[in-house]
Amino acid sequence: MLKKITTAAVAVMLAALTACGSGGSGDAGSSGAKDDGKITMGFAQVGAESGWRTANTKSIQEEAAAAGIDLKFSDAQQKQENQIKAIRSYIQQKVDIIAFSPVVETGWDTVLLEAKRANIPVILTDRAIDSDDTTLYKTFLGSDFVLEGKKAGEWLKENAGTAKNVVELQGTTGAAPAIDRKKGFEEAIAGTDLKIVATQTGDFTRSGGKQVMEAFLKSVPQIDVVYAHNDDMGLGAIEAIKAAGKVPGKDIKIITVDAVKDGMTALAAGEINYIVECNPLLGKQLMDLSKKVLAGEEVPPRVVTEESAFTSEQAKTELPNRKY
Amino acid sequence: MSSPAVLRNRLLWPVLALVALLVLNVVVTPSFFSLRLQDGHLFGSLIDILRNGAPTLLIALGMTLVIATRGIDLSVGAVAAIAGAVTCTYIASGGDAWVGMGLALALCAVLGLWNGFLVSVLGIQPIIATLVLMTAGRGIAMLITEGQIVTVDSPTYREVGAGFLVLPIAILISLAVLGLVALVTRKTALGMLIESVGVNPSASRLAGVKARTIIWTVYVFAALCAAVAGLMISSNVSAADANNAGLWIEMDAILAVVIGGTSLAGGRYSLTGTLLGALIIQTLTTTVYTIGIAPEITLVFKAVVVIAVCLMQAPIRIRVRQGVPA
Repeated sequence: MLKKITTAAVAVMLAALTACGSGGSGDAGSSGAKDDGKITMGFAQVGAESGWRTANTKSIQEEAAAAGIDLKFSDAQQKQENQIKAIRSYIQQKVDIIAFSPVVETGWDTVLLEAKRANIPVILTDRAIDSDDTTLYKTFLGSDFVLEGKKAGEWLKENAGTAKNVVELQGTTGAAPAIDRKKGFEEAIAGTDLKIVATQTGDFTRSGGKQVMEAFLKSVPQIDVVYAHNDDMGLGAIEAIKAAGKVPGKDIKIITVDAVKDGMTALAAGEINYIVECNPLLGKQLMDLSKKVLAGEEVPPRVVTEESAFTSEQAKTELPNRKY
Repeated sequence: MSSPAVLRNRLLWPVLALVALLVLNVVVTPSFFSLRLQDGHLFGSLIDILRNGAPTLLIALGMTLVIATRGIDLSVGAVAAIAGAVTCTYIASGGDAWVGMGLALALCAVLGLWNGFLVSVLGIQPIIATLVLMTAGRGIAMLITEGQIVTVDSPTYREVGAGFLVLPIAILISLAVLGLVALVTRKTALGMLIESVGVNPSASRLAGVKARTIIWTVYVFAALCAAVAGLMISSNVSAADANNAGLWIEMDAILAVVIGGTSLAGGRYSLTGTLLGALIIQTLTTTVYTIGIAPEITLVFKAVVVIAVCLMQAPIRIRVRQGVPA
């Protein structure tokens, strides 16, 4: 019996290994890097863990096609080892440029050094890496989370009216966007009458936001403003506010970050008052940067994605264009 | 050492833990127990605990029976995600909410049959057998929703998780299932048969108990409980989130069962204990929010409470209390 189980386990593991192996090289085999003047880009995506990420992937694929760049795409399913494998296979295929969103911050030095030795430039998108050697990559293209928090705080400062008490729905504890959006917002409202009276994590999810908001509505005597680190938690908070017999957007102001379609719909309906955009559509900027890098032009080491912010009125005009 | 005494002892500590948590809340927030009627339904922290605890309770009920047969079902969270994904996708494509829910339940029953097949027919260890669906299930849910959060606007569907008949409909469903399970397993021999399978599968089979059918049934029941819980979770926010719906709820459910005094080694189980366990877990979560514990130390706070409850229930303590040498 034990032997049977062991055999089965080994078989499963072998199958898994082959699957991974072929996944990495599968995209590769067909075209290779021919020297036909066309740029070949290898992109190692984090995974498909959220609507935001799916939009991010789509944008990169569409813009690569539009820019005439041959894109080799791999999905790491949230695992660093898969991403490293994918990057190694891109190096072997001698692609012209490698771009990726690192799953985690550390552990990239070896594989990026290999890319550097092969003279393949690397661009980071969306997330940064933690390394002392900044020559390992050309530039980092992504959102400035602190700035997003600041924008939210600035808007509130101008439009607060008599509002004073803010409750905050934080993202996943320890995640960079959660830490930075909190920091930026606090900096912006410092020195005003506004203060955060309660703060708690809602794990970036709707049900998390709803549950925390339900508890806040009962334990905090006066809530004027909700600041949620993403749209989904804000949407959950709306449900909780409605169930408490209050009107979201009027009795309690709501500010969120992201601007995904559902959030924008609520904003257009006046249930959310202000949304700071966190733009997943960085495909075009990425392609432009890649061309510049390959043409030997200097690029700044940090490029912030083009992001705006929306009020209810702006959301009504923007909503029909939202793809994600 | 008669069994009612043991039962009393086992449930004594969970009850005390629950009371202690509630008292802590009242001390920090004096209005914690206050209830009022809001738009024709009750409104207050206690109601929140009942409503948000309903999915955990339901899944823990299914889990109790599975654990009583010496099994475990890790796939319930993924099954819950699938149920929400199926229903929301169906409604979003213009379908009727009731049909959508029916489809979800049917599919999840099939998933339960799969788990039961792996465990009872192929004889695979339950923890491995259900691990398959725990990981694959979330993938299935992602496939159904195409990786997006599917938002629906269906008043009928909303009722399951967010609706009220004075009390939240979700908790009424969970309590009804609790009552039903209690009736079916305690007023007939079924409960005893389940326990006998858990205590000694071979002996019970030799004694003529259809162990295979019983094991199969409890896995299907657990999957159905998970499906309904999944409907509650997704209906509560009118959206299906394949990534996060029911994430780690299997751990909460197992914890609820264990806090309730049911042994993971199978055999005797306590439905009342499971009810208490589920309430403690949800009260704990609400307490964290209400008394404003910083998110960075939330997990530590929860761990301390859980460890305290488990230590109080530890067999060695019970023996010491009863004067039996350890």
